Amino acid sequence: MENLNIFIRSIFVDNMIFAYFLGMCSFLAVSKNVKTALGLGAAVTFMLVISLPINYLLENYVLRAGALQWLGPEYADVDLSFLSLIMFIAVIASLTQLVEMAVEKFSPTLYASLGIFLPLIAVNCAILGGSLFMQQRDFPNVWTACFAGAGWGLGWLLAIVAIAAIRERLQEYSNIPKPLRGVGITFIITGLMGIAFMSFLGIKL
Amino acid sequence: MATNNKNLSALINPLSKDNPVIVQILGICSCLAVTAKLEPACVMGISVIAVLAFSNVIISFLRNTIPTNIRIIVQLVVVAGLVVIVNQLLMAYQYDVSKQLSVFIGLIVTNCILMGRLEAFAMGNKPWPSFLDGIGNGVGYAIILIIVAFFRELLGSGTLWGVQIIPASFYEQGYANNGLMILPPMALIVVACIIWIHRTYNKDLQEQ
Repeated sequence: MENLNIFIRSIFVDNMIFAYFLGMCSFLAVSKNVKTALGLGAAVTFMLVISLPINYLLENYVLRAGALQWLGPEYADVDLSFLSLIMFIAVIASLTQLVEMAVEKFSPTLYASLGIFLPLIAVNCAILGGSLFMQQRDFPNVWTACFAGAGWGLGWLLAIVAIAAIRERLQEYSNIPKPLRGVGITFIITGLMGIAFMSFLGIKL
Repeated sequence: MATNNKNLSALINPLSKDNPVIVQILGICSCLAVTAKLEPACVMGISVIAVLAFSNVIISFLRNTIPTNIRIIVQLVVVAGLVVIVNQLLMAYQYDVSKQLSVFIGLIVTNCILMGRLEAFAMGNKPWPSFLDGIGNGVGYAIILIIVAFFRELLGSGTLWGVQIIPASFYEQGYANNGLMILPPMALIVVACIIWIHRTYNKDLQEQ
Protein backbone atom coordinates (compact mmCIF):
# COMPACT_ATOMS: atom_id res chain seq x y z
CA MET A 1 0.00 0.00 0.00
CA GLU A 2 2.79 2.36 0.96
CA ASN A 3 4.57 1.51 -2.27
CA LEU A 4 1.45 2.06 -4.35
CA ASN A 5 1.00 5.41 -2.67
CA ILE A 6 4.57 6.43 -3.55
CA PHE A 7 4.09 5.16 -7.09
CA ILE A 8 0.97 7.25 -7.68
CA ARG A 9 2.46 10.29 -5.96
CA SER A 10 5.58 10.05 -8.12
CA ILE A 11 3.51 10.05 -11.28
CA PHE A 12 1.16 12.91 -10.50
CA VAL A 13 2.16 14.96 -7.47
CA ASP A 14 5.94 14.81 -7.70
CA ASN A 15 5.93 14.75 -11.49
CA MET A 16 9.52 15.24 -12.64
CA ILE A 17 8.65 17.74 -15.32
CA PHE A 18 5.71 19.68 -13.96
CA ALA A 19 6.75 19.81 -10.32
CA TYR A 20 10.56 19.84 -10.44
CA PHE A 21 11.41 20.73 -14.05
CA LEU A 22 13.94 17.95 -14.37
CA GLY A 23 14.88 16.60 -17.75
CA MET A 24 13.64 19.76 -19.44
CA CYS A 25 16.43 19.97 -21.99
CA SER A 26 15.70 16.71 -23.75
CA PHE A 27 12.02 17.28 -23.03
CA LEU A 28 12.06 20.47 -25.11
CA ALA A 29 14.32 19.12 -27.81
CA VAL A 30 12.57 15.81 -28.43
CA SER A 31 8.89 16.69 -27.99
CA LYS A 32 8.32 17.60 -31.63
CA ASN A 33 6.41 14.41 -32.45
CA VAL A 34 4.68 11.73 -30.42
CA LYS A 35 6.60 8.73 -31.71
CA THR A 36 10.10 9.83 -30.73
CA ALA A 37 8.70 11.24 -27.51
CA LEU A 38 7.36 7.79 -26.64
CA GLY A 39 10.74 6.20 -27.37
CA LEU A 40 12.65 8.62 -25.19
CA GLY A 41 10.06 8.38 -22.43
CA ALA A 42 10.34 4.59 -22.43
CA ALA A 43 14.14 4.79 -22.26
CA VAL A 44 14.04 7.24 -19.35
CA THR A 45 11.52 5.10 -17.46
CA PHE A 46 13.67 2.04 -17.96
CA MET A 47 16.82 3.79 -16.75
CA LEU A 48 15.05 5.17 -13.68
CA VAL A 49 13.66 1.77 -12.76
CA ILE A 50 17.08 0.11 -12.84
CA SER A 51 19.32 2.95 -11.64
CA LEU A 52 17.27 3.91 -8.59
CA PRO A 53 17.44 0.52 -6.78
CA ILE A 54 21.15 0.18 -7.58
CA ASN A 55 21.90 3.63 -6.24
CA TYR A 56 19.69 2.87 -3.24
CA LEU A 57 21.78 -0.18 -2.36
CA LEU A 58 24.97 1.78 -2.97
CA GLU A 59 23.78 4.57 -0.70
CA ASN A 60 22.69 2.29 2.13
CA TYR A 61 25.51 -0.25 2.11
CA VAL A 62 28.51 1.85 1.05
CA LEU A 63 28.09 5.59 1.20
CA ARG A 64 26.04 6.85 4.12
CA ALA A 65 27.46 7.37 7.59
CA GLY A 66 27.82 3.99 9.28
CA ALA A 67 26.76 2.10 6.16
CA LEU A 68 29.99 0.12 6.02
CA GLN A 69 29.24 -1.54 9.35
CA TRP A 70 28.75 -4.91 7.66
CA LEU A 71 32.51 -4.97 6.97
CA GLY A 72 33.27 -5.01 10.68
CA PRO A 73 32.85 -2.79 13.73
CA GLU A 74 35.92 -0.67 12.94
CA TYR A 75 34.18 0.70 9.84
CA ALA A 76 31.12 1.84 11.77
CA ASP A 77 31.97 5.55 11.72
CA VAL A 78 33.14 5.84 8.12
CA ASP A 79 31.12 8.46 6.26
CA LEU A 80 31.51 8.52 2.49
CA SER A 81 28.41 10.56 1.72
CA PHE A 82 30.44 13.34 0.06
CA LEU A 83 31.21 10.81 -2.67
CA SER A 84 27.58 10.08 -3.42
CA LEU A 85 27.26 12.50 -6.34
CA ILE A 86 30.25 11.05 -8.19
CA MET A 87 29.17 7.47 -7.46
CA PHE A 88 25.60 8.08 -8.63
CA ILE A 89 26.64 9.70 -11.88
CA ALA A 90 29.22 6.98 -12.51
CA VAL A 91 26.58 4.30 -11.96
CA ILE A 92 24.16 6.08 -14.28
CA ALA A 93 26.74 6.68 -17.01
CA SER A 94 28.02 3.12 -16.98
CA LEU A 95 24.48 1.70 -16.82
CA THR A 96 23.60 3.78 -19.84
CA GLN A 97 26.56 2.37 -21.69
CA LEU A 98 25.63 -1.19 -20.63
CA VAL A 99 22.00 -0.79 -21.58
CA GLU A 100 23.06 0.63 -24.91
CA MET A 101 25.24 -2.40 -25.62
CA ALA A 102 22.56 -4.85 -24.47
CA VAL A 103 19.83 -3.23 -26.52
CA GLU A 104 22.09 -3.12 -29.57
CA LYS A 105 22.81 -6.85 -29.23
CA PHE A 106 19.38 -8.22 -28.39
CA SER A 107 16.94 -5.87 -30.07
CA PRO A 108 18.38 -4.01 -33.05
CA THR A 109 14.98 -2.59 -33.99
CA LEU A 110 14.51 -0.94 -30.62
CA TYR A 111 18.11 0.25 -30.82
CA ALA A 112 17.47 1.84 -34.18
CA SER A 113 14.44 3.69 -32.90
CA LEU A 114 16.09 4.86 -29.68
CA GLY A 115 19.59 5.18 -31.12
CA ILE A 116 20.51 8.78 -30.53
CA PHE A 117 18.61 9.19 -27.29
CA LEU A 118 20.21 6.39 -25.36
CA PRO A 119 23.62 8.02 -24.76
CA LEU A 120 21.88 11.33 -24.02
CA ILE A 121 20.10 9.75 -21.08
CA ALA A 122 23.30 9.75 -19.05
CA VAL A 123 23.00 13.52 -18.82
CA ASN A 124 19.24 13.64 -18.36
CA CYS A 125 18.69 15.46 -15.08
CA ALA A 126 15.57 13.43 -14.35
CA ILE A 127 17.64 10.28 -13.78
CA LEU A 128 20.24 11.83 -11.49
CA GLY A 129 17.47 13.86 -9.86
CA GLY A 130 15.64 10.64 -9.07
CA SER A 131 18.68 9.28 -7.26
CA LEU A 132 19.23 12.51 -5.34
CA PHE A 133 15.59 12.70 -4.24
CA MET A 134 15.85 9.07 -3.19
CA GLN A 135 18.84 9.99 -1.04
CA GLN A 136 17.00 12.95 0.46
CA ARG A 137 13.83 11.06 1.32
CA ASP A 138 15.20 7.98 3.09
CA PHE A 139 13.05 5.32 1.44
CA PRO A 140 12.45 2.37 3.80
CA ASN A 141 13.54 -0.38 1.39
CA VAL A 142 14.71 -1.14 -2.09
CA TRP A 143 11.20 -1.93 -3.40
CA THR A 144 10.05 1.54 -2.55
CA ALA A 145 12.96 2.88 -4.57
CA CYS A 146 11.88 0.66 -7.46
CA PHE A 147 8.28 1.90 -7.33
CA ALA A 148 9.33 5.53 -7.02
CA GLY A 149 11.61 5.11 -10.03
CA ALA A 150 8.81 3.56 -12.08
CA GLY A 151 6.44 6.35 -11.03
CA TRP A 152 8.85 9.15 -11.89
CA GLY A 153 9.62 7.50 -15.21
CA LEU A 154 5.96 7.08 -16.14
CA GLY A 155 5.21 10.64 -15.05
CA TRP A 156 7.98 11.87 -17.33
CA LEU A 157 6.67 9.71 -20.19
CA LEU A 158 3.16 11.03 -19.66
CA ALA A 159 4.36 14.63 -19.70
CA ILE A 160 6.53 14.38 -22.81
CA VAL A 161 3.87 12.50 -24.79
CA ALA A 162 1.19 15.02 -23.82
CA ILE A 163 3.36 17.97 -24.84
CA ALA A 164 4.40 16.29 -28.08
CA ALA A 165 0.76 15.69 -28.99
CA ILE A 166 -0.10 19.32 -28.30
CA ARG A 167 2.87 20.56 -30.33
CA GLU A 168 1.87 18.42 -33.30
CA ARG A 169 -1.58 20.03 -33.31
CA LEU A 170 -0.21 23.52 -32.78
CA GLN A 171 1.69 23.43 -36.03
CA GLU A 172 -1.48 22.84 -38.00
CA TYR A 173 -4.15 24.79 -36.25
CA SER A 174 -2.69 27.87 -34.63
CA ASN A 175 -1.30 31.22 -35.61
CA ILE A 176 1.32 32.05 -33.01
CA PRO A 177 3.20 35.37 -32.96
CA LYS A 178 6.45 34.81 -34.82
CA PRO A 179 8.92 35.41 -31.95
CA LEU A 180 7.08 32.90 -29.79
CA ARG A 181 7.07 30.08 -32.32
CA GLY A 182 8.83 26.86 -31.42
CA VAL A 183 10.46 27.11 -28.04
CA GLY A 184 8.59 30.07 -26.62
CA ILE A 185 5.13 28.64 -26.94
CA THR A 186 6.32 25.25 -25.65
CA PHE A 187 7.50 26.98 -22.48
CA ILE A 188 4.12 28.59 -21.99
CA ILE A 189 2.24 25.34 -22.62
CA THR A 190 4.48 23.51 -20.17
CA GLY A 191 3.86 26.24 -17.61
CA LEU A 192 0.10 26.00 -18.02
CA MET A 193 0.20 22.22 -17.79
CA GLY A 194 2.33 22.56 -14.67
CA ILE A 195 -0.37 24.72 -13.09
CA ALA A 196 -2.96 22.14 -14.09
CA PHE A 197 -0.91 19.35 -12.54
CA MET A 198 -0.81 21.26 -9.25
CA SER A 199 -4.43 20.29 -8.77
CA PHE A 200 -3.13 16.81 -7.93
CA LEU A 201 -1.37 18.21 -4.85
CA GLY A 202 -2.45 16.53 -1.65
CA ILE A 203 -3.65 13.30 -3.23
CA LYS A 204 -3.10 10.50 -0.77
CA LEU A 205 -4.10 6.88 -1.13
CA MET B 1 44.47 40.24 -33.69
CA ALA B 2 42.32 37.56 -35.26
CA THR B 3 42.70 35.30 -32.24
CA ASN B 4 41.87 38.23 -29.98
CA ASN B 5 38.63 38.75 -31.82
CA LYS B 6 37.81 35.08 -31.58
CA ASN B 7 38.46 35.07 -27.84
CA LEU B 8 36.36 38.17 -27.40
CA SER B 9 33.45 36.67 -29.30
CA ALA B 10 33.73 33.49 -27.22
CA LEU B 11 33.22 35.72 -24.20
CA ILE B 12 30.60 38.14 -25.57
CA ASN B 13 28.38 36.02 -27.82
CA PRO B 14 26.81 33.89 -25.08
CA LEU B 15 25.56 37.02 -23.32
CA SER B 16 22.77 37.68 -25.81
CA LYS B 17 23.07 36.42 -29.39
CA ASP B 18 24.05 32.90 -28.40
CA ASN B 19 22.66 32.84 -24.87
CA PRO B 20 22.76 29.31 -23.43
CA VAL B 21 19.29 29.48 -21.86
CA ILE B 22 17.07 31.37 -24.27
CA VAL B 23 18.79 30.58 -27.58
CA GLN B 24 20.59 27.27 -27.14
CA ILE B 25 17.84 26.08 -24.72
CA LEU B 26 20.30 24.41 -22.38
CA GLY B 27 20.20 24.18 -18.62
CA ILE B 28 16.53 24.94 -18.29
CA CYS B 29 15.93 22.55 -15.42
CA SER B 30 17.96 24.28 -12.77
CA CYS B 31 17.13 27.70 -14.18
CA LEU B 32 13.47 27.25 -13.32
CA ALA B 33 13.65 25.61 -9.96
CA VAL B 34 15.94 28.02 -8.13
CA THR B 35 14.52 31.33 -9.27
CA ALA B 36 11.75 31.94 -6.74
CA LYS B 37 14.12 34.20 -4.77
CA LEU B 38 17.02 36.38 -5.86
CA GLU B 39 19.62 35.12 -3.41
CA PRO B 40 19.64 31.41 -4.31
CA ALA B 41 19.51 32.41 -7.99
CA CYS B 42 22.72 34.45 -7.60
CA VAL B 43 24.48 31.70 -5.69
CA MET B 44 23.42 29.18 -8.32
CA GLY B 45 24.64 31.49 -11.09
CA ILE B 46 28.03 31.93 -9.47
CA SER B 47 28.37 28.18 -8.85
CA VAL B 48 27.61 27.44 -12.49
CA ILE B 49 30.09 30.06 -13.72
CA ALA B 50 32.84 28.55 -11.57
CA VAL B 51 32.13 24.94 -12.49
CA LEU B 52 31.71 25.73 -16.18
CA ALA B 53 34.92 27.76 -16.48
CA PHE B 54 37.11 25.25 -14.67
CA SER B 55 35.64 22.13 -16.26
CA ASN B 56 36.10 23.76 -19.66
CA VAL B 57 39.77 24.38 -18.89
CA ILE B 58 40.38 20.88 -17.52
CA ILE B 59 38.68 19.12 -20.43
CA SER B 60 40.50 21.38 -22.86
CA PHE B 61 43.84 20.32 -21.35
CA LEU B 62 42.82 16.67 -21.57
CA ARG B 63 41.16 16.88 -24.97
CA ASN B 64 43.89 15.06 -26.88
CA THR B 65 44.24 12.22 -24.40
CA ILE B 66 40.59 11.28 -23.83
CA PRO B 67 39.50 8.24 -25.89
CA THR B 68 36.33 9.11 -27.81
CA ASN B 69 34.37 6.11 -26.59
CA ILE B 70 34.46 7.00 -22.93
CA ARG B 71 34.58 10.77 -23.20
CA ILE B 72 31.13 11.25 -21.67
CA ILE B 73 32.13 9.40 -18.53
CA VAL B 74 35.41 11.33 -18.29
CA GLN B 75 33.58 14.62 -18.69
CA LEU B 76 30.99 13.65 -16.12
CA VAL B 77 33.63 12.68 -13.59
CA VAL B 78 35.53 15.95 -14.03
CA VAL B 79 32.33 17.95 -13.66
CA ALA B 80 31.12 15.88 -10.72
CA GLY B 81 34.42 16.41 -8.93
CA LEU B 82 34.13 20.18 -9.32
CA VAL B 83 30.49 20.15 -8.25
CA VAL B 84 31.36 18.24 -5.08
CA ILE B 85 33.91 20.92 -4.24
CA VAL B 86 31.35 23.70 -4.80
CA ASN B 87 28.77 21.80 -2.76
CA GLN B 88 31.12 21.35 0.19
CA LEU B 89 32.14 25.02 0.04
CA LEU B 90 28.50 26.12 0.07
CA MET B 91 27.67 23.84 2.97
CA ALA B 92 30.61 25.32 4.87
CA TYR B 93 30.01 29.03 4.22
CA GLN B 94 26.40 29.46 3.00
CA TYR B 95 24.51 26.74 4.81
CA ASP B 96 21.03 28.32 4.53
CA VAL B 97 21.29 28.88 0.80
CA SER B 98 22.69 25.41 0.30
CA LYS B 99 19.62 24.03 2.11
CA GLN B 100 17.31 26.01 -0.19
CA LEU B 101 19.08 24.83 -3.33
CA SER B 102 18.95 21.23 -2.04
CA VAL B 103 19.49 18.80 -4.90
CA PHE B 104 19.93 21.47 -7.53
CA ILE B 105 23.61 22.04 -6.80
CA GLY B 106 24.11 18.32 -7.37
CA LEU B 107 22.15 18.61 -10.56
CA ILE B 108 24.72 21.03 -11.98
CA VAL B 109 26.46 17.78 -12.97
CA THR B 110 23.77 17.01 -15.48
CA ASN B 111 23.21 20.61 -16.42
CA CYS B 112 23.08 20.46 -20.18
CA ILE B 113 25.05 23.71 -20.48
CA LEU B 114 28.09 21.92 -19.14
CA MET B 115 27.90 18.91 -21.41
CA GLY B 116 26.95 21.11 -24.34
CA ARG B 117 29.90 23.45 -23.92
CA LEU B 118 32.35 20.67 -23.16
CA GLU B 119 31.31 18.78 -26.28
CA ALA B 120 30.95 21.78 -28.56
CA PHE B 121 33.83 23.97 -27.44
CA ALA B 122 36.32 22.56 -24.95
CA MET B 123 36.93 19.36 -26.92
CA GLY B 124 38.20 21.37 -29.86
CA ASN B 125 39.84 24.47 -28.45
CA LYS B 126 42.85 25.57 -26.41
CA PRO B 127 42.50 26.14 -22.64
CA TRP B 128 42.41 29.96 -22.67
CA PRO B 129 39.56 30.38 -25.20
CA SER B 130 37.76 27.54 -23.41
CA PHE B 131 38.06 29.41 -20.14
CA LEU B 132 36.59 32.55 -21.72
CA ASP B 133 33.83 30.51 -23.32
CA GLY B 134 33.03 28.98 -19.95
CA ILE B 135 32.88 32.40 -18.27
CA GLY B 136 30.76 33.82 -21.10
CA ASN B 137 28.22 31.03 -21.03
CA GLY B 138 28.12 30.98 -17.25
CA VAL B 139 27.42 34.70 -17.16
CA GLY B 140 24.80 34.37 -19.89
CA TYR B 141 23.08 31.72 -17.78
CA ALA B 142 23.37 33.78 -14.59
CA ILE B 143 21.86 36.86 -16.29
CA ILE B 144 18.70 34.99 -17.24
CA LEU B 145 18.51 33.44 -13.79
CA ILE B 146 18.74 36.87 -12.17
CA ILE B 147 16.17 38.49 -14.46
CA VAL B 148 13.67 35.70 -13.81
CA ALA B 149 14.35 35.71 -10.07
CA PHE B 150 14.01 39.51 -9.97
CA PHE B 151 10.48 39.48 -11.39
CA ARG B 152 9.39 36.43 -9.48
CA GLU B 153 10.55 37.72 -6.12
CA LEU B 154 9.32 41.28 -6.71
CA LEU B 155 5.85 40.31 -7.91
CA GLY B 156 5.49 37.16 -5.84
CA SER B 157 6.67 38.26 -2.41
CA GLY B 158 7.14 42.02 -2.82
CA THR B 159 10.75 41.71 -1.70
CA LEU B 160 14.20 41.76 -3.27
CA TRP B 161 17.03 39.83 -1.65
CA GLY B 162 14.73 39.39 1.36
CA VAL B 163 14.23 43.17 1.78
CA GLN B 164 10.70 44.53 1.54
CA ILE B 165 10.48 46.71 -1.60
CA ILE B 166 6.78 47.31 -2.08
CA PRO B 167 5.74 49.78 0.65
CA ALA B 168 3.16 48.86 3.26
CA SER B 169 0.87 51.67 2.07
CA PHE B 170 0.31 49.76 -1.17
CA TYR B 171 -0.96 46.79 0.76
CA GLU B 172 -3.29 49.01 2.76
CA GLN B 173 -4.87 50.18 -0.47
CA GLY B 174 -5.61 46.63 -1.53
CA TYR B 175 -2.47 45.56 -3.38
CA ALA B 176 -1.79 41.86 -2.95
CA ASN B 177 1.23 39.76 -3.79
CA ASN B 178 0.73 37.57 -6.81
CA GLY B 179 1.09 34.16 -5.19
CA LEU B 180 1.15 32.51 -8.59
CA MET B 181 4.60 33.96 -9.27
CA ILE B 182 6.09 31.91 -6.45
CA LEU B 183 4.92 28.66 -8.02
CA PRO B 184 7.41 26.96 -10.32
CA PRO B 185 5.25 26.98 -13.50
CA MET B 186 5.41 30.77 -13.63
CA ALA B 187 9.17 30.57 -14.13
CA LEU B 188 8.50 28.94 -17.48
CA ILE B 189 6.13 31.69 -18.47
CA VAL B 190 8.59 34.41 -17.42
CA VAL B 191 11.31 32.72 -19.49
CA ALA B 192 8.89 32.50 -22.41
CA CYS B 193 8.31 36.27 -22.13
CA ILE B 194 12.07 36.88 -22.15
CA ILE B 195 12.37 34.71 -25.25
CA TRP B 196 9.51 36.63 -26.85
CA ILE B 197 11.13 40.02 -26.24
CA HIS B 198 14.57 38.79 -27.18
CA ARG B 199 13.39 37.31 -30.47
CA THR B 200 11.37 40.37 -31.35
CA TYR B 201 14.66 42.25 -31.51
CA ASN B 202 16.70 39.39 -32.99
CA LYS B 203 14.59 38.46 -35.99
CA ASP B 204 17.11 35.94 -37.33
CA LEU B 205 16.44 33.67 -34.33
CA GLN B 206 12.75 33.30 -35.06
CA GLU B 207 11.52 29.85 -36.05
CA GLN B 208 9.25 29.19 -38.97
